[in-house]
Amino acid sequence: MSAKKYDAGVKEYRETYWTPDYIPLDTDLLACFKITPQAGVPREEAAAAVAAESSTGTWSTVWSELLTDMEYYKGRAYAIEDVPGDQESFYAFVAYPIDLFEEGSVVNVLTSLVGNVFGFKAVKHLRLEDIRFPLAYVKTCMGPPSGIQVERDKLNKYGRPMLGCTIKPKLGLSAKNYGRAVYECLRGGLDFTKDDENVNSQPFMRWENRFEFVAEAVRKSQEETGERKGHYLNVTAPDMDQMLQRAEFAKELGQPIIMHDFLTAGFTANTTLAKWCRRNGMLLHIHRAMHAVIDRHPKHGIHFRVLAKCLRLSGGDHLHTGTVVGKLEGDRASTLGYVDLLRESFIPEDRRRGIFFDQDWGSMPGVFAVASGGIHVWHMPALVTIFGDDSVLQFGGGTQGHPWGNAAGAAANRVALEACVKARNQGRDLERESREILTEAARHSPELAIAMETWKEIKFEFETVDKLDAA
Amino acid sequence: MTMNAPSAMKDYQTQASLETFAFLPPLTREEIVEQAAYIIAQGWTPAIEHEDPSRAIGHYWPMWKLPFFGETDVHAVLAECEACRQAYPGHHVRLVGYDNYTQCQGSAFVVFRGSGW
Repeated sequence: MSAKKYDAGVKEYRETYWTPDYIPLDTDLLACFKITPQAGVPREEAAAAVAAESSTGTWSTVWSELLTDMEYYKGRAYAIEDVPGDQESFYAFVAYPIDLFEEGSVVNVLTSLVGNVFGFKAVKHLRLEDIRFPLAYVKTCMGPPSGIQVERDKLNKYGRPMLGCTIKPKLGLSAKNYGRAVYECLRGGLDFTKDDENVNSQPFMRWENRFEFVAEAVRKSQEETGERKGHYLNVTAPDMDQMLQRAEFAKELGQPIIMHDFLTAGFTANTTLAKWCRRNGMLLHIHRAMHAVIDRHPKHGIHFRVLAKCLRLSGGDHLHTGTVVGKLEGDRASTLGYVDLLRESFIPEDRRRGIFFDQDWGSMPGVFAVASGGIHVWHMPALVTIFGDDSVLQFGGGTQGHPWGNAAGAAANRVALEACVKARNQGRDLERESREILTEAARHSPELAIAMETWKEIKFEFETVDKLDAA
Repeated sequence: MTMNAPSAMKDYQTQASLETFAFLPPLTREEIVEQAAYIIAQGWTPAIEHEDPSRAIGHYWPMWKLPFFGETDVHAVLAECEACRQAYPGHHVRLVGYDNYTQCQGSAFVVFRGSGW
């Protein structure tokens, strides 16, 4: 390496970090940012600034840079593209050498890529749209404790989506009454029930009591139905010691699955728990409280597809993805894009679905997509079409709001689900023939007939806030 | 809400059930053929297992012969289901679709329910 001279002062970022001729390596970690620069800042300079501030750069030249090979370690902005239908913002593509990141640490990747740079003054808004994790990096992460196939084998559920339900009211029930609600759902035909994410260990229901009553409900419903059941016992806790203590107790009670909130608890806690689950043969359901704070604004933050990829690396067997059709936000094409990112082993670039890079997961297990929030039996044909078999469809109000109670509500959903799967396998168009398929099924199920009557008018038709960029 | 009046409500009796399609009326022969055709169309290998209802909770039921590798005739699959049922009257008979790409079962459902079901 030829000797360089130290030249103190402030250089334009683009002199060092804008490299349009660079061809990314297979081992580079690639990122796509949507940048909205401050007025007067040229695109190349803004892109280079983001590359610099998220990798090796600082605002001033420093002498100690000359003690290393900055050409090897620096991030490089290598391409810029227009954002369709948007004059103000643009996409910047940045390549980072793999050695910038500690192995097996999504924490380290995020600290770099979405760290200080998001407060950087030269950009008005900044959004991380996608990350391509190189296979070499993927192989350093453990990923889901079990994955889709192992979970199906353990629970003996094949050829259909699984059915779940969050126990309501989400706060205020005593442990014994809560266990009753679980038992009724499971004996009625659900595969899973779920703790609400807000349920941790409050004064009205301490976690030990909840776990014990729920375990009895799960056990009894399994004995009576002959099917395998589970309840996502939420082990999200104030600290990791208590989190692991709760996980251990769930295992002691013979429960198959626990649950965690990966964003509020943080990736370090989540990865620790996922590794515990792998060692202990437990399934791990992941909730995503706080995601909309981070991912909903179309110009600032982190797109959910990035959070979903990070969760797959950190570890989880289920992840909430939105429903497309229910009460919560979610564009259909974009949702299908990140559902593939969770479940498939290779996902090609597809801008129509918001996927900016090919992503190769190698042998990393897949994650079940969980659709939950404001859905009911009338949505079943659309949900089966959108999410396919490798999903968990969760009807909270849509189970427990049934006029005859949880067991009847569960049975209604199970009949509707199986009718849709059967019809799909017969080659029928579920969305076009939804009314006929459900009506036929309801002839054999008074529970379904009442459910269809109860929810026939409920719709959630608002425009999606975070749409895919299109002209 | 008259649907909630005690006299208007129906009691829900817990059903012993056998996973996929357990909540639908028993499949007709034509419907078994349609579902077998779906298994074959996915590129999966049809296979049959059976078990006495008293032992149905376990993961493993005895296999009926070997999986039918390369079989594309749905009527041959149906004939094997029926032969299995005749050989083991009173047993549950389950049709499985083995997916060698995912190394999992793509589908599995009971085509004939055992005695007492």
